[in-house]
Order: sequence, then structure tokens, then C-alpha cells
Amino acid sequence: MTVYGYRLPGMSSLLLWALLWEIVGRTGWTFFIPPLSDVFITLFDVIGTPAFLKAMYETAYAFFAGVFFAVIIGIPVGILIGKSRLLDELILPWVNIFLSAPLTALVPVLMVLFGFGMKSIIITTTLFAIWIIILNSRAGVKQINRSLVDMARSFGASPVDAFFKIYFWAALPEILGGVRIGVVRAVKGVIIGQLLISIVGFGALFELYSNNFMMEHFWAVLIVLFAVAFTMSEFLAYLERRVSYYAASR
Amino acid sequence: MSQTNDAFTKAVPVEGDSAVSVRNVSKNYGPVEALKNLSLEFPRGQLTSLLGPSGCGKTTLLKIIAGLLEPTSGEIEIDGKIITSPGPDRAFVFQDFALLPWASVIRNVAFGLELRGVAKSEREAIAEKYIKNVGLSGFEKAYPHELSGGMRQRVGLARALSVDAQVLLLDEPFSAVDEQNRRKFQEDMLELVRQENKTFIFVTHSIEEAVYVSDQIAILLPRPSRVSEIIRPQSFRGTGIENIRRSPEYLDIVDEIWASLRNYVE
Repeated sequence: MTVYGYRLPGMSSLLLWALLWEIVGRTGWTFFIPPLSDVFITLFDVIGTPAFLKAMYETAYAFFAGVFFAVIIGIPVGILIGKSRLLDELILPWVNIFLSAPLTALVPVLMVLFGFGMKSIIITTTLFAIWIIILNSRAGVKQINRSLVDMARSFGASPVDAFFKIYFWAALPEILGGVRIGVVRAVKGVIIGQLLISIVGFGALFELYSNNFMMEHFWAVLIVLFAVAFTMSEFLAYLERRVSYYAASR
Repeated sequence: MSQTNDAFTKAVPVEGDSAVSVRNVSKNYGPVEALKNLSLEFPRGQLTSLLGPSGCGKTTLLKIIAGLLEPTSGEIEIDGKIITSPGPDRAFVFQDFALLPWASVIRNVAFGLELRGVAKSEREAIAEKYIKNVGLSGFEKAYPHELSGGMRQRVGLARALSVDAQVLLLDEPFSAVDEQNRRKFQEDMLELVRQENKTFIFVTHSIEEAVYVSDQIAILLPRPSRVSEIIRPQSFRGTGIENIRRSPEYLDIVDEIWASLRNYVE
């Protein structure tokens, strides 16, 4: 966007909203919205404390483990159902159901099955992320140019070769898109898991701060979480753009 | 079975040695007969065109020879062996090039060898040689989207040549290439057939192109597909590329083929 001939950098509008927040906070209108400057001061106070670092570690561990399983299982399953009509018929309805299902309602069941520990939190995270990864990998395989597959076959590619040298790469732009959306959903998954299953990590901090009306702290942690999720999503979007040069010409 | 074979040999006398034999091949897609009882011989070391109106099954036949499609009945024999799947004796050049968009020119050209497990240094040396042969030296590190259509098809051709298959199958290889590049390709094609001792099977819908490059032209007619005529140009093959299009025989054959195909054009 340009204003009076000056080109504004991306997301300058955030500054406007930050200003609004600060003003509303200063008026003391509601305890729920403290001034943004106070939130940032709290943020820098909190960020080095052992409690925060422990929460950060617990959250990061569950998050990365959950995303890891979602990616490692989701991409191959997506590619396989994209390739095989039979598997597609068998599995796709479930993928669509779980993609749109309110997964939060499933969390108590997971607790019964897998206990109140880290394991359940990781599984929750995986469940939030995996479906869109499967669906996008499938879509990526579905649009592969038929003659690329014929080419691999005519030059004697084994099914394993075809999988790793053709299908994976041809579907990569869609796969990365799926992983990007999956990562954003995993952030939701890990926090919901921590709130519902066992009160650890950032979930515990949210619980603690909101129960004690420590809104500066509450917002500070939320901003950290937002920044981390946003950075990861932008990084994946960058990878996506790196492969987009061939997305149009497959 | 032996009776059908006998009958077949009597019906179509074959001169010389054929590299590929198509015998009584039929292909049905459900109730639709794409090919019906089609037999054809492809002489070794020569270029045979499959020419016909669209929907005549020429690409279907080529894909059956490649082993990419299975015939409903009949068989394909290559060098005395019945084939049922793709093999190292054949290489395919695709109409839409079928290059890996995420791989450089050299990796694309070496891809057939890569799938066969040839070591990297060895396959890149071979690829290098064929990249030079098709006139793409200096573009080894380029990616397909940086090349023109004509250059992309040269990559496809180099890939097919580098696996050193006895039979080259070309599916309308120049139809997605502009006119001037196509002419250059056709000239190069003649040179290639002369140099390499390979059997070329060439699908095209261009009458001029077929007559220009072919040692033998098989005219296919549709519904159901059958070989209606086999034409072998005689006089202009050895006269040099610049004289072909002026040869009376060339012009006669083009007219003759058009006369027999015009009824099939909607």
C-alpha cells in the first residue's frame, strides 16, 4: 500500500491496531485489555524466568513431536491414497470426517486411552495437524501429469523409485501448503491438549494467568505464541514459493 | 496359433529383418474397439511413421508397443521376444516432453540411466555427450521452465538416446514445438536415423512430416483402427535434405495420402 507516495512495508496496519490497543488500555475501560506497552514490559520480564522456559520447552517438545508424526504419517498416506483408487475409497471419507470434526471433543477419549501425560498431548497435536496434510498430499498427487508417470514406467522405475523420485517431488508444492496449514492447526492442538489433558506448558501458563486476572502476563504469552506460529507459517510459505516455479508446469 | 501366424506371414510379406512385430493386436476400452486385429512390421534401423486422423489409435498402438498399455489380445515381438511390459530395449519420447520440472537438464537427460542404477559420474558423462549431440551444450544446469519448447523436446530426445535402446518410440514429438523448430527437428531426425542404428517408430498427424522423415509410412484408419496402406518412399531418400520437398515423388505421396485421409476429417 502507498500513502502520499510513500510505500508502506507489509503489515504496517498492525501499528495502527497496536496504537488503538494502547489507547483503549490507557482509558482503563476493562481489566481484560491492559495497555500494550505494559504487556511488552511484562513480556520481557517473563521471558527469561524458569517457569516460562519450562513451559516453552514442554510446549515445543509436544508441538514438534506432534508435527513430526503428522508429517511422517500424513505425507505417505496422502500420496498412497492419491495413487490407489481402492485406498482412496477406504480412507478418504475418514480424512474428511476428521478434518471437519470438532477434535476437541475427542480429547477426553484420548485421555482414557493414552493417559494424562505427554503422550496424549502429542497425539492430540498430531490429530489436529495430520488430516489437512493427508488431504493436500493427495491433491498434489492427483494433479500429476500422466505422462510423467508413464515416463518413469517406460524407463523402468520401480514403485519405490516412482514414489520418491516422481510422486513426492511432483506433489511437493501442495504438500508444503498442507504442512503449513497443519502446523498452524498443531499450535491449536498443543494448547488445547495442554489445557484439557494435563495442565503443563503454555496451557498451564494461560490457566494460571487468566484465573488470577494477570492479563499483562496472559497477553504476553499469547503474543509469544502468535509470533512463533506466524514465523513458522511464513517460513513454510517461503519454502512453498521456492518450489512454485514448477507448480505450473508439471 | 501357428495357423494364424502362417496366414499372417502369407498375407503381409516382409522384406528384410524386422525389429518390432505387431501381431493381431486388439485393444478395447469397454465396448469401444480402439484397435482391431492390427498387424504391422517395423524394419530394423529404419523410421516408420504411424499416420492417421485423430482417434485412429496411433498413440494407443505406440503405448502398447512401449508396454505402457496392455493389448486386449494379440502380441508384440521385439527381437524375437514377446514383450508385456516396458523394457530397456525401448525408449519413449513424449508429446508433452515429460521432463522433471524440479531437475536440471543434465539430471533429466540422465534420468533413464539413474533409474537403471548407473553411477552418477558415469551417467552424467553419457548425458553430457547426448546433450552435446542434440545441440544443448551449455544448458546442462538449466531447468526445463527456462527453456523453449523446442529445447525441452531436445532434452526429451537426449534422455531417450542416452539409455541406448534399440527401439525409439516417438509420440507426436514435434507437435508442441513451433514451426521453424519443427523443421530443424525433422532434418535432425533424418541425420539421427542415418547415424544411430536404431529402429524409430514415429507417431504424427502431419502428412508432410511423415513423408519427409519416414522410410515407411503406415496409414491407420479409425473405427475400428486398422492399417489401410503401407507406403515406402523410394527415390528421394538419398538426395539430400534440401531436395526432399521438391521431389515429385514426395509431392505425389503427400497428395495420395491426403486423398485417402480427407474423408475421415470431420
